[in-house]
Amino acid sequence: MSGQTKLLTMEGISKTFGKAVIALNNVQFELEAGEIHALLGENGAGKSTLIKVLTGVEERDEGEILLEGKKIHPKSTNEAQQVGISTVYQEVNLCPNLSVAENIYIGRAPKTKMGAIDWAAMSRDAKELLKKFDLHLDVSKRLDNYSVAIQQMVAIARASDIQAKVLILDEPTSSLSKVEVDKLFEIMRRLKAEGMGIIFVTHFLDQVYEVTDRITVLRNGTYVGTYKTAELPRMELVSKMIGKDYAVLNQSLKEGQVEKEGTKTGDELISMKGVSHQGSITGMDLSIAKGEVLGLSGLLGSGRSETARVLFGIDQVNSGELYINGEKVHLKHPIDAIRKDLAFCPENRKTEGIIGDLSIRDNMALALQAKKGLFKKISKKEAQRIADEYIEKLEIKTPDADQLIKNLSGGNQQKVILARWLATNPQLLMLDEPTRGIDIGTKAEIQKIVIDLAAQGMAVLFISSELDEELRCCRRIVVLKDMEKAGEVVGDNISEGAVMQIMAGGEK
Amino acid sequence: MKEKLRIKNISLTMTIVLFLVMFIFGSVRYEHFFSLSTFLNLFNDNAYLMIAGIGITFVLITGGIDISISSTIAFTGVFMAYSLQRGIPSYVVIPMALIIGIVVGAVQGSLIHYFRLQPFIVTLAGQFLMRGLCVVISEASIPITDPFFKFMALGRIQIKLGDSKALNGKIYYYVLIFVAVLLIGLYVLKKTPFGRAVYAIGGSEQSAELMGLNVARTKIGAYIISSFCASLAGVVFSFYTLAGYGLQNMGMELDAISSAVIGGTLLTGGVGSVFGTAVGAMIQGIIQTIVTYENLNTWWTKVTIAGLLCFFIVVQRIIAVRAEAMKGKELAAA
Amino acid sequence: MKNKQYKITQNQAFWPVIIFLTIILFNTVMTRGEFLSISIVDGHFYGRIIDIFRNGGKLMILAAGMTMVLATGGTDISVGSVMAISGAIACSIIRGNLLPGLGGSVAAAIIFAVCAGILCGLWNGFLVAQIKIQPIVATMILLVAGRGIAQLITSGKIITINSDAYYFINGGYILGLPFPLYIVLFLVGILLLFVHRTSFGLFLESIGCNSLASKFAGIKVNRYLLAIYTISGAFASVAGLIESAGIKGADCNNAGLNIELDAILAVAIGGTNLMGGRFSIFASVIGALIVQSITTTVLALGVPAAYIRVLKALLIIVICLSQSGKFKVLFGRKLESKKKEAVVL
Repeated sequence: MSGQTKLLTMEGISKTFGKAVIALNNVQFELEAGEIHALLGENGAGKSTLIKVLTGVEERDEGEILLEGKKIHPKSTNEAQQVGISTVYQEVNLCPNLSVAENIYIGRAPKTKMGAIDWAAMSRDAKELLKKFDLHLDVSKRLDNYSVAIQQMVAIARASDIQAKVLILDEPTSSLSKVEVDKLFEIMRRLKAEGMGIIFVTHFLDQVYEVTDRITVLRNGTYVGTYKTAELPRMELVSKMIGKDYAVLNQSLKEGQVEKEGTKTGDELISMKGVSHQGSITGMDLSIAKGEVLGLSGLLGSGRSETARVLFGIDQVNSGELYINGEKVHLKHPIDAIRKDLAFCPENRKTEGIIGDLSIRDNMALALQAKKGLFKKISKKEAQRIADEYIEKLEIKTPDADQLIKNLSGGNQQKVILARWLATNPQLLMLDEPTRGIDIGTKAEIQKIVIDLAAQGMAVLFISSELDEELRCCRRIVVLKDMEKAGEVVGDNISEGAVMQIMAGGEK
Repeated sequence: MKEKLRIKNISLTMTIVLFLVMFIFGSVRYEHFFSLSTFLNLFNDNAYLMIAGIGITFVLITGGIDISISSTIAFTGVFMAYSLQRGIPSYVVIPMALIIGIVVGAVQGSLIHYFRLQPFIVTLAGQFLMRGLCVVISEASIPITDPFFKFMALGRIQIKLGDSKALNGKIYYYVLIFVAVLLIGLYVLKKTPFGRAVYAIGGSEQSAELMGLNVARTKIGAYIISSFCASLAGVVFSFYTLAGYGLQNMGMELDAISSAVIGGTLLTGGVGSVFGTAVGAMIQGIIQTIVTYENLNTWWTKVTIAGLLCFFIVVQRIIAVRAEAMKGKELAAA
Repeated sequence: MKNKQYKITQNQAFWPVIIFLTIILFNTVMTRGEFLSISIVDGHFYGRIIDIFRNGGKLMILAAGMTMVLATGGTDISVGSVMAISGAIACSIIRGNLLPGLGGSVAAAIIFAVCAGILCGLWNGFLVAQIKIQPIVATMILLVAGRGIAQLITSGKIITINSDAYYFINGGYILGLPFPLYIVLFLVGILLLFVHRTSFGLFLESIGCNSLASKFAGIKVNRYLLAIYTISGAFASVAGLIESAGIKGADCNNAGLNIELDAILAVAIGGTNLMGGRFSIFASVIGALIVQSITTTVLALGVPAAYIRVLKALLIIVICLSQSGKFKVLFGRKLESKKKEAVVL
């Protein structure tokens, strides 16, 4: 291998944000032509920053990137694309107001002899291309007429069709079903055979072993190593990713397990009866008891976040009934839910959670203040007390409560949001992907907090796309599929297999 | 393509129907209203508004806003009148005026894009700056006596569709400038990569960036087009009035924005057409005509247009909300 | 001690106050002290300083209202038109042209004018909060239509009135100080009390930073948006009363013309970020004084009024640039936080 030129080499890449946050520290990475290379690491390990550096979204502080032996320094996605680096992101990054065909070809549309965009040729090419993906769409329709999964496939079609030498797939599978993932893998293998180098970022280890040739692991912004997939046992991979011995980790999880088993569930707190919200959930029956950690599982768009949104009064109940403590309620706004002692940590921390330019103290006091109302102002002293209490309790790493929340790391931000809700002393705490983008240590802390809270009698609705996390925290998991409840696993029956089976449509 | 333009189509159809209704209303109510000349005068009297409206449509589609255009029009007018008065020939003055428009747009667009300033603040400051400069040049109205301007002001094409007086009308030469701008606008938005990038940015700027489109060039380009069209509208307006006056066209940006919105452009960006904007401007022209026929205070025009703008925005919202709900239903059914 | 010093310079109003004092000092030097001299005639204070406070009254009131609107990331450019409507209504009632049944009562005129301002504000708030129109467009509708409405109220004429009670609003004195100053103290005082003694201020900052997250934290965003636009409208109507009392009549063409720029400038000088977020009403009020004193100074230096507007427009851009994170990055200033985030969004 050493004889031939590597397709892509990244060496000594470093990147810091602000004064303190070191996102990448002397990281290296290499990619051969005709290779699928997994880039792995826990959230916060620096995968996305590395990719952003490679695609010109972020400027690197130090280091060199060589593409086919030539130094490159892309300053924008456009420049990266021009040298042959093309990317598909986890969230669909296409324009919903344009047609499917245009989304594939914008920026490089076929032209007529006169130099105008040739719409007919564009439609034809788009249809042709999508056929390879077994997608038969009306390519002249607006993209937002199609589901997220289809949109993601369109994005992949776009990226693969660009004359790319390097294709980066950044967690593209989180919104895809099993069949669609298989289709994607087939396409990946084909592109690989054509000599393309593919960087595949995912947190599904099964997929790593199914499709990749080599693995590079990052941890806390540093390079751990590069391995041949076939030669790296799964256990070893996991311990490289988390930097702990697997046995130790397993032990600590087991301890959690014990506590979980010990909890007793109490009276029914929440009851949803046939609740529907147009376009997000249909005929949902759900019951949550006091002191219970209920897991909500399902693919993206299956209705898991949507259920929480309805419960929290963000989306209104169109039909069906909702009871809290046996009382029928109509929640029109989150404040109605908060006054009923509900709390909700939303999935998108940055856009729906933190108030970036306010201090930790203000961020923590916000929900409690809203609950108390406009005129009962929490004094600064009281707010400070709350802040100090939770900074200590949740071990939030910050010099003081006056820091702006936007300057904290993701995990600490999440803890502040958690504190915001705990300060309101809720009966039901809803957590939507509470550990996304958070380092492994904090992740375990948050899981522990959840279990502890339940032990104290709080009901918790736990939503996560990471199944093992749900298995770890929940006694009961409700599985959703296509905006409906598809099944439920309880107690001893809880296993990854059981949940997956329902998700895949095995049980109805 | 049909499906893609759904929202716009409803709005545009409504606009065209509204136009016809108003035209019929006027024809029934007033003598001499129903005539080719009334119709053509909509172009004669509003060509400058239509040109400016087409320009601002580009900015609106990107999801931005430009409220400096009326000042740009006024400044162009004052600048030209002043220069002509100083004896500078019209073939120098007009290109200079247009270059001023381009520079204004480039500066505003760059401030908005590179420094992430809010469009409304930048263009509001631009508005005041240009207005202030007008008065710095001259507080009084300056008449234009240049022969070329006079030629453009008076030169017209007679159109005769029949013997009846109602079938006669005329179009001034400067209306042809509007026709050219409209055709170019249609072509650019539909058939050029730049035009499509304008839509893409309106749909999602972040996506456009990640898809490798040149966001900076496109966004700044849109502001340049807006200001350029405004200065061109200023030139046409000078043909129309044969004077440059710094307080001219106060608040006209609302008319231009209304034209666009009435013509189906979404203020949230991503959807719009220059043809719709032209029709929207004609609606305003007809309101103006009716107000004149009714012998009402001219302020009624402003109030009515503002009301109409509100109405159309509300309708757009309702359509958008319903479309969202429909989509939900379809997905649920699937 | 060191800690205390830190706090004073960190206060948002610190620099505006310094700038204001500098301008006064500059003027004092330029006029060899005459600027500061205050004479007492009939028990009333007269002098350039007093003039700045009196003439700046309208602007201080508008700036106070505008601060909150800008803090939520919005804007209200209709204030000038609301002033015109308010003046038109008040003068029409006093003249008996409008609602003659009230018999030209000044009190009724004021009440109706303020109610009209509140209605205008509610309308703006409704468009912004409920219909979700961009604030600039929503308020532009009233900017243009509002002046038309005022014209329709006065039938397009300039109304002059003869009422000493009404004149008092602008020209009156209490304890030797001009009456507008008391109006400012009253309105701004109540507002400051409201913002600081309740959680209103916190909620506004929260909405300005991230309105979606604020909603998710249980804040009724729409209600507060409605409230601030209403307050802005009400304040504008009071400013309109002061202005119309000053000219002893209603001139719908010129009342409050272009004052929205001054108000926005005052807020910007006060250091409130025009993108929304942290704000200080007090700093904006000082900002208004600065704008007023700049106007006075520049006029005193013999610069034509037209240049002032050019100057103000440039000033706004400069201040915005200085607030822009991108600007700091491009010009190599020290980065305080991860500005890239703002850029990506």
